Amino acid sequence: MDLKLGHYNKDGIEVVDVEGEIDVYTAPRLRELLIDLVNKNNYQLVVNMEKVEFLDSTGLGVLVGGLKRVRAHDGSLDLVCTQERILKIFRITGLTKVFGIHETVDQAIAAKKLEK
Amino acid sequence: MATVEVTFTPLPAHVRTARLVATAVARRSGVDEALLDEVRLAVGEACSRAVEAHRRHCPAEPVRLEMIDQGERFVVVVSDHAPTASSASAGGANGNGAGNAPVVEVAHSDDDGVIPAGFGLAVISGLADDVHVSSTSDGVSVRMSWPSAVRA
Repeated sequence: MDLKLGHYNKDGIEVVDVEGEIDVYTAPRLRELLIDLVNKNNYQLVVNMEKVEFLDSTGLGVLVGGLKRVRAHDGSLDLVCTQERILKIFRITGLTKVFGIHETVDQAIAAKKLEK
Repeated sequence: MATVEVTFTPLPAHVRTARLVATAVARRSGVDEALLDEVRLAVGEACSRAVEAHRRHCPAEPVRLEMIDQGERFVVVVSDHAPTASSASAGGANGNGAGNAPVVEVAHSDDDGVIPAGFGLAVISGLADDVHVSSTSDGVSVRMSWPSAVRA
């Protein structure tokens, strides 16, 4: 399956819905979206990965790049993911310590509000 | 002789095809369903690395993917023809040899440099229990294997 991207604002936080496969072919599209959102002054991001079917190191690089960009503006990038096969790649790379990972979008938004 | 052999133009779009083929052949070879995600991810990482290397150094050369059913092991070999740091052969004889090879590492071109070169190979090491990376004058070869059921 190809990559489908969407985004919406909820309570001042930009939520990015990602569906499909994030790999060396599709990751540039996610990267462009994250750059575009940051360029439009969205520094509080939640990436919803519940419908992501595949994620490789290229995709991880894009997410880390997005995190780097929002942190430059004192923002944050959290993830929503409960799929074991996706969580596994975050675990083996140690990135579970870098990203806030939540079970639902609402939980991610609530956590971000607490940070403020 | 490989059970299935695929060569493909080094384009990112073909990496997905390579993953799908490898997963299908692994399933056919008796690799446990629980390991198929690991096969898919590891093969994807190896092919992504090879594609990136070819795009930089030899875009006209195809990347080679070999899948071999050895009975008790399912073996995947991804080979590129990009220049390497050393023409000497390397790679561990046992276990995980991914960290030992003098391979010219390829960073992803679109990740702002946040992911270090060699990250893909590190991911493969975390996924396959048996990984060997050999670097020769012809290029780099990543050999991975997983247990498979022996069919009667």
